[in-house]
This record gives sequence, structure tokens and C-alpha cells, in this order.
Amino acid sequence: MPRISYLSSFIFLVIALTLSIAIGSVFIPLNDLWNVLHGKGSAVMQSIIWDIRMPRTVLVLLTGAALSISGASYQGLFRNPLADPFLIGVASGAGLGAVIALSIKWQYSFWGLIAVPLSAFGMALITVVIVYFMARIGQTVPTTNLILAGVAVSSFATSLTSFLMLRSSDELRRALGWMMGGSIQNGWQSVFAIFPFLIIGTTILLLSGHALNLLQFGDDQAQQLGLNVSRARALILIAASLVTATAVSFSGIIGFIGLVVPHLMRLWFGADYRNLLPLSLINGGTALLLADILSRVVLAPQEIPVGIITALAGAPFFLWVLRRSKNQGFW
Amino acid sequence: MLTIKNISVFYGKRQILHNINLDVNPGEILALIGPNGAGKSTLIRAISGVIPIKSGDVYVDDINITSLSSMQRARKISVVPQAVSVPPAFTVWETVLLGRTPYLNFLGQASAQDEALAHLVLEQVDCLHLINSHITEISGGEQQRVLLARALVQDTPILLMDEPTAHLDLRHQLDLLKLITKHAREKNITVLIALHDLNLASLFADKIAIVQNGQLCVAGTPKETLTEEILNSIYNVPVRISHHPDTGTPLVIPQIG
Repeated sequence: MPRISYLSSFIFLVIALTLSIAIGSVFIPLNDLWNVLHGKGSAVMQSIIWDIRMPRTVLVLLTGAALSISGASYQGLFRNPLADPFLIGVASGAGLGAVIALSIKWQYSFWGLIAVPLSAFGMALITVVIVYFMARIGQTVPTTNLILAGVAVSSFATSLTSFLMLRSSDELRRALGWMMGGSIQNGWQSVFAIFPFLIIGTTILLLSGHALNLLQFGDDQAQQLGLNVSRARALILIAASLVTATAVSFSGIIGFIGLVVPHLMRLWFGADYRNLLPLSLINGGTALLLADILSRVVLAPQEIPVGIITALAGAPFFLWVLRRSKNQGFW
Repeated sequence: MLTIKNISVFYGKRQILHNINLDVNPGEILALIGPNGAGKSTLIRAISGVIPIKSGDVYVDDINITSLSSMQRARKISVVPQAVSVPPAFTVWETVLLGRTPYLNFLGQASAQDEALAHLVLEQVDCLHLINSHITEISGGEQQRVLLARALVQDTPILLMDEPTAHLDLRHQLDLLKLITKHAREKNITVLIALHDLNLASLFADKIAIVQNGQLCVAGTPKETLTEEILNSIYNVPVRISHHPDTGTPLVIPQIG
């Protein structure tokens, strides 16, 4: 069962990667793509693929993977199926952090590339801690509380972000436009900047599967089974927030991927977090790649922010999950 | 051997447990009884390390466990919780294997031996046929047996249980307590069990400890502790004590009006 789930996930990922590189303002047939990957093909083709399509594809892949694995982690941490980095306000917090760093105009230096995700990370952590403590009753985090606290904190962060953007220069405002709609910035530079943070964060999360399994039984039972609950919670919270913040810093606020993908994985492949986390990682990348391809074709040649696609697909899904979890107490 | 020495527990500034002392020998079952809110669950949570102990110590075979890490402590003490808080998404097999956590690395990869032990214990609690069922799909009695199995694969000298028979019908209550007794005797496990049903406690426990308002009132054999005088004062209702026709243990009969 796990082997089939991983195999099918990889097959879908490869298909999505190929489509993402092939589809765009210029369609690239598969044999041309094959040639370019082997160092042949025209200079224009080479440039389109290596300088435009590839970095974008990789960035979309990393962003989707990051948002999905952190969504799955938050859901396990809060024991709540609706904990998505977007819905619980972490993404908006990270967005605020990124805009604060950008408006200090560090973004043109090397340190800017580091400062933006770090500032986003700091604000994401603050947000998630506030939301958690506002929403918590005893040891449970009821859905209503979580979503309400998320909405409130998220609105606050978004308002501050808008305020900062209004006060900023035209040039910066344009640069910040991506933030709200969630569209993907191009360039290998972003990919290289995103990579180290994601590696650290996702490694910690991928190693946390067993701890998250234990936490599903509640803090008491997890502790009695031998888990150092407060350390595990802190570590997972920090790692998930780092991963979310990094994705938001370079790709903007993209909702619902972190909700939909882990939920489908849980439905199809079971609740064991040791499989759920890696499968969410892989399929999150695939899902966002597909959404990104759609965002390029729907109104071609105009592109729409990929956040619109994920929200259009994700919001109805969210309502379905909400109904389901209310009816059955099951997720 | 479980030795509880003079422990006190606070929630904030409110003192919940006052200087509790208890000894339970290997192979022995001690029933913890007392009115709602007396501190039974708190005592179990404190011994298992979920809430901090303000003063006093807990020893397992002369090792002071209050300073142990959660993993080291989980090798000494296992807990069967009430089956009200099980997550729906796990299967019986996954749930029981989690009991091996204190012996696994942080990735939680169970070895063939771990799986063999889980298999054996599931057989002992008569749940082998449920192995692939989701834990919320099975009955309350089965859930409680699965949670017992998870505690048994933890392979600890001490077993704590917090009202394991709550929500169970009479047959399942008896089955579960018989099962626990059998394991306690065979494997020489020290069992501390919080119970509401005085007659079940009387039937199955070697010793009974009565707590009230966070204090240990009396501890001793069922005959010594389940007396009309003590129970009248603890529960504030008149009771009469008779004797079980088969075992001769005290039988508590509440008086109406």
C-alpha cells in the first residue's frame, strides 16, 4: 500500500513537471524538451526552458510542497483538520514579516534574500502562537475557535501589510503586488534563497511523523507513551512556521493547498503521519504545479495569480470538510 | 513495586493533592476510589508525569522516577486512559504498536520483535480479529481492551488505569477486570486502578485506597476499607455492607431515603 502510494505520487509529479515546462505562451513539444535537456535545441528554446520555465517550475514545486507539508503538520499539531497555514493566519503573518523586511529596502542585497524569509519566519511564529493560545480550550483547539482566531489575526496582519504597502513607493508597491494574490516570482535566485530554509524545515517535519502520530491521542497519552510533548510541539511548530514563511516570502500568500492536499492524502492513504507528511510534500508540489499551469492557460496570454485558482478549488473543498467533520466527527 | 512518598500537586495556587503516601506490591491490584473530584485522576496523571509534582517522590523498584525523562518513565509506567479520547483515523494495529514508543528511535520504526509482541498481546486481549479495524469502529469494550494492549506492549512493571470500566456494560466490566487481574498475577505487574464502582473494587482489588478532597483517607484490604462508617462519611450517603455470597468480600448496598 505505501509503495503504491509513493509510486503513483512520483508518476503524477513527473507528469506535472513535464506539463509545467511544456505549457506556456509557447508550447514546447516533448521531443524538443528532450533535446534541450540533453544540451541540444535552439538558443531560444534553451533560454525559455532553462531561464524561464525551469526556475518557475521548481519554485512552484517547492512552494506547493512546503505549504502542504506545513499544513499537514499544523493539522496534526492542533488535532484539527482545518488547520491550513492560510486559514490560521500564519501565511498572512509571514506576508507581513516579508513586507516589513522589503520596505526596509534590503531586498536588493544578498542579505535581503535572507532577511525577507527570516522576518517572515519571525512574524509567522508570533502569529501562530497568538492564534494557538487564543483558540485553545484546555488541551483541545476547537475548529470554530481556531478559524475565528485565524481570521482575526489574519485580518490584522493583512491590514498592517496594506498600510505598509500604501506608504511605500510605487516601485515597491508593484513588487509587493504578488504578495496578495499569491503569484510566483521567477528566477533561479529565489529558488536558491528558498532552498536552505526549506531543507532545514522539511527535514525536521519529515522526522516528526511518529511524534505527530502520538500527539493525535492527546498530550497526556503522548507523554505517557514516552514523548517529550512540549519539546516535540515546539520543534514542529517552529519547523512548520519556517517552511510556511519561506514559501510565502517568495511566492506570496497561496491559500488552501495546505488544507486540500493533506486531507486527500489522509483520505486515500491513511492517517499515519510517517507517510502522510512525505506524501503531502510530493503531492503538494504536484497540486500547485497543476494550479499554476491552469493559471497560465485559463486567460492566456494573460496570467492570473495562482492563489485565485487554489482558492476557487479550495474554498468549496473547505466547506465540504467542515460539513463532514461536523457530521461525523471524523477526519 | 510502586512507592508514592508524600506527594503534593498544585494547579496554579490551588492544592489538589495533599501529601499522599501509598505502596503497591508487584502482582497486586490497588483500587483508588473516592467521590468525583477527589483527585483520583490527578494522582494518576501526576504519577505518570503528565502534571508536575510539587513535592514528594515516586519510586518504581527504588528508582526515583520523578527526575526521569518521559521516555525513561514510559519504560516504567504505562497508563490505560478512558477510551473517550481516541483519534478516529488510526487502526487497532497502529494504536497498539505506539505502545512500543519508549523502545524505538524517534522515527518510531518497529522491529519484527516489536510486532511479534504486539501480535501476542492482541491475542491475549482477544482483539486479534480487529487488527485492521479503525479504533472508532469497534465497541467501547473492544476499545478499552485495545488501550490495555497498548499499555501491555509498553512492558512496564507498573500499570495505571483511569476508570477503564466507565461506559462499559456489566459483562465488559467483568471481562476487562478479569483480564487485568490475570496479567497482574502472571507478569507480576503492579496495578493501580481508579474505579467508581465500589463493588467491582471490592471483588477485584487486593487493596483499596480511598481519597477525598485530595487527601488519602484510608488504605487497606476491601474488608478494612469498605465499612459502613467510612463510606457514609466519604460519600455522605447511608450504605449497608453485606457480603458477596461466593467470595465473602464486602458488598456495598446503598440505602434510599
